[in-house]
Amino acid sequence: MADIDSAATTPGELAGRLDAAGYLADEGLATAAFLALRMGRPLFLEGEAGVGKTSLAQALAGVLDAPLIRLQCYEGVDAAQALYDWDFPRQLLHLRAAEAAGVTDVDRLEHELYDRRFLLARPLLRALETTPSVLLVDEIDRADDEFEAFLLEVLSDFTISIPELGTVRAETPPVVVVTSNRTREVHDALKRRCLYHWLAHPTFEREVAVIRRHLPDVSARLADDVARAVQRLRAAGLLKPPGLAESIDWVTALTALGATELSADLAARTLGAVLKYQEDTERIMGEVAELAGRP
Amino acid sequence: MSIAVDAEVVGFARRLAAAGVDVAPTRVHAMLEALDVLGAGSLRSVYWAGRVTLCASPEDVERYDRVFAAHFGRRPDRPPQRVTVPPVTRMIALPDDSGDGARDGADDDRDQERQRIATASRVEVLRHRDVSTLSRADRAEVDRYVSTLLPAAPDRATRRLRPSPSGPVDARRTVRSMLRHGGEPVDLRRHRHGRRQRRLVFLVDVSGSMAPYAETLLRFAHAACRVRPGTEVFTVGTRLTRVTRELRRRDPAAALAAASVAIDDWSGGTRLGDELKEFLDRWGQRGTARGAVVVIGSDGWERGDPALLAAQMARLSRLARRIVWVNPHRGYQGYSPSTGGMRAALPYVDRLVAGHSLGAMEELAGLLAGREPARRGGARARSDA
Repeated sequence: MADIDSAATTPGELAGRLDAAGYLADEGLATAAFLALRMGRPLFLEGEAGVGKTSLAQALAGVLDAPLIRLQCYEGVDAAQALYDWDFPRQLLHLRAAEAAGVTDVDRLEHELYDRRFLLARPLLRALETTPSVLLVDEIDRADDEFEAFLLEVLSDFTISIPELGTVRAETPPVVVVTSNRTREVHDALKRRCLYHWLAHPTFEREVAVIRRHLPDVSARLADDVARAVQRLRAAGLLKPPGLAESIDWVTALTALGATELSADLAARTLGAVLKYQEDTERIMGEVAELAGRP
Repeated sequence: MSIAVDAEVVGFARRLAAAGVDVAPTRVHAMLEALDVLGAGSLRSVYWAGRVTLCASPEDVERYDRVFAAHFGRRPDRPPQRVTVPPVTRMIALPDDSGDGARDGADDDRDQERQRIATASRVEVLRHRDVSTLSRADRAEVDRYVSTLLPAAPDRATRRLRPSPSGPVDARRTVRSMLRHGGEPVDLRRHRHGRRQRRLVFLVDVSGSMAPYAETLLRFAHAACRVRPGTEVFTVGTRLTRVTRELRRRDPAAALAAASVAIDDWSGGTRLGDELKEFLDRWGQRGTARGAVVVIGSDGWERGDPALLAAQMARLSRLARRIVWVNPHRGYQGYSPSTGGMRAALPYVDRLVAGHSLGAMEELAGLLAGREPARRGGARARSDA
């Protein structure tokens, strides 16, 4: 098990470790992650869908040899789904069993009913109780803004108080990664608590490297062709420009067809792996020859 | 950390704040802490220590890069990421006669009471007059009244269940109450899906032909922001400008003043198609327009390609719950949507209403709140001026 402090002594070293865990981080991201570990602050990652925000959390968990605990946010997510909940059916069974056994000590019974074993830990509580752990708060922008205030409270002192049981405090705070697709602005207070990093689409070289890192058997030619085509697609003003995840999907699809390089015909047949809107597909269909072309 | 480094960082942070980045003291502390971890030896450490602690949005990163280069003479050896931010968010300037709640000479303190009594009947008179023909005083009166409207949006069911006297049985709360009664099922608790108002999104055309009406619409949007904090407001002209943040201030005059930093496209032309595309790319598709009630205030004088506008309207109509188009000219007898832009957009508009007078604004407020079945297909754009 790796200690957080011993995980890396420089951003470069952390980048190396992330690489070993299958994630290629550039200098900025490695520095941001390194600072998050060292300063004990959450890392707030913002960027287009499919640029590798969630996978960074997974890779960090790998580097730290810690479990990844994920809280997927959605509209209406609340404390019972994020923090903890009492397991009422089990409490009820316990009560019935106690009655059948003739237990009459009410105080003791009540004490037993609100025992830790009847508590269902949801992601935030689980992350505080697991040391070390990596907590991923995914797509915070989908949650209601009241939830942000609540999350800020937990992330500020890493304690949760449960009225019936007392306060749970993290021995060592978990490593926290918060991601946002920026469908709305997240409150400044939460961002201020975090280290902020904007993840842009990768450069051509990095894209090739990531593709080859994920799919080592792919020919260099194909990785180059796809990365170049995807860069062109991103510049084409599409409704949904493809992310890194789509490039990898595309290469996977092409490899499944036995391709070693991109041709107009292959591109046309596999466009569905990379473009997710009918309008985009229609537009690009007319230009697949240029898309697959080499400079 | 040495005093020299501290001073350098504070100086840099000041410059950054002047460039429009919200640099709170806690952020500066965080930067110093980060520098401590990374070591202040290289310019790159300084660059990254500052970037992750002082910025909070891609726009901030863009400003940060600019100020960093200016302050430290150069950028770090290799600026590792290029941040491309769409050219949004310039604030809007209102014409000078915006009647920022200021009183005319006539109504000084002594006259106030009499004024108040007279107001009700004056509003009646002003209700149906075109705002562009009003005198300054009348205009101010109408403005004040518009600010008191309560625009609301229809509500929708949420995923979240709330306690309710009727509805399906809430097993969890029922069991909890059973626990309290020694395991006896005394009463059944029930729950239902909660309801929430839909988001209102305003796109207000501030081009030349809309100049007399745009301010009234912005006031209306401000009233909506106050009632419904999730409301989003954008202005369109030759560029897209998000003014939600400015309009969040409570006082209408302060809010409109806050939104009045010089803008290039005030009274310019309209490239509605391009602006709409930018709105959808940058905000709409990601969530702002999803399931929302979108109000577009424009006369449809499109300088760009109507085909582009039509395509973008089609996109918007697939995202939004309802599209209400406010066209000031709609208020006149014999109006027919003849401008190219209006004709292109019309098939996707659910309601085409007038927006030229106080009465029209009141109707708009009522219309927005009304619950209507989701539009589907067929001929749309019923008129209700």
